Amino acid sequence: MIMRFIYQLGSPPYFYALSGRLLPWLTGICLILFATGLYGGLVLAPADYQQGDSFRIIYIHVPAAWMSMFVYMVMAFSGAMALIWRIKIAEIILINSAHIGAVFTFLALVTGSIWGKPMWGTWWVWDARLTSELLLLFLYLGVLALYSAIDDKRKAARAVAILALVGVVNIPIIHYSVEWWSTLHQGPTITKFDAPSIDTRMLIPLLLMAVAHKFLYAIVVLLRARNDLLWRERRSQWVANLFKGGS
Amino acid sequence: MHPLRKRRLILIIIMIIGVATATGFALTAFNQNLMFFFSPSDVQAGKAPENRLFRMGGIVVDGSVKRSDTNTDVWFDITDNEKAMTVKYSGILPDLFREGQGIITKGKLNAKGEFIAEEVLAKHDENYMPPEVAATMKKKPTEYIKE
Repeated sequence: MIMRFIYQLGSPPYFYALSGRLLPWLTGICLILFATGLYGGLVLAPADYQQGDSFRIIYIHVPAAWMSMFVYMVMAFSGAMALIWRIKIAEIILINSAHIGAVFTFLALVTGSIWGKPMWGTWWVWDARLTSELLLLFLYLGVLALYSAIDDKRKAARAVAILALVGVVNIPIIHYSVEWWSTLHQGPTITKFDAPSIDTRMLIPLLLMAVAHKFLYAIVVLLRARNDLLWRERRSQWVANLFKGGS
Repeated sequence: MHPLRKRRLILIIIMIIGVATATGFALTAFNQNLMFFFSPSDVQAGKAPENRLFRMGGIVVDGSVKRSDTNTDVWFDITDNEKAMTVKYSGILPDLFREGQGIITKGKLNAKGEFIAEEVLAKHDENYMPPEVAATMKKKPTEYIKE
């Protein structure tokens, strides 16, 4: 049953139709999540005892940083699927995630820098957390560069999948960097075995924002994947059928 | 699973394990270099480099901050709850600098064994809470009984 669903999802016309039906729902939920998350975070949540209102940048910085790692894992997983089963959709998800992941990583680095200046007293330091996150940005950029360097896009996807899988080793390093080594960046607040060390009124908007970012990624990656898919399959019958009625 | 696909899966798993092991060895070898700062205990044990800039991190000891009346010189002790070191700094301290706060300083040891800092960074902790909650948490259990 599950295998049949995966095989169906691997078929371009089915993927195109299903994603088209999902997108309006995803967009609606995403907007609601962003609205409630932002209102909760910027209006309802109390100011921090040490950082005052400046801590509110957490509602962009932390979701963006989580997404930078989450998107990478999706990319690596699609890469494995593309290498083992040669599924075209997996290849498309793989490469279209890279742009989005790079943007989230950039956002995490920039917001972190803006947060660091008033709180730590510096824009940037070469500690293990900041450096490994910067390395993640270069991994994304490497994936994009490698993909555009190879003309045959199916071969390119396989090459990129290997690079993405090799880079997976950086993900646990980013996460545990603050525990393994002494860093300027503080330890984890939420992703640890203890209870989160953040007030509930601050935590709930943060989690809403984190889920909102996941939806945003899903929407953008589906839109990009649909475009890419139409272009790649432009000579096939199902795409021709799709546009027969309209034009 | 198709034998060809199975072989590809095994190859991928071997590749990931290989890369992870190699990275693991490399990181262990460079463990000391990846440390952003030394603790006061490390410095007193002679682990920190001599005549070279290094970073030292710890908690500012309560009641240890002394300011000069005439200029921006400031002295304070930092501790890792085992050993303490005196730091001298002249300049503007970050907003989050206060007693009991984690900080990281960059500088050198002088002949008297004082740490002459060129830079002071505040390290904020992973706790976020409203001021009233922080105030309650600072109270000792006996103060609850008094109320």
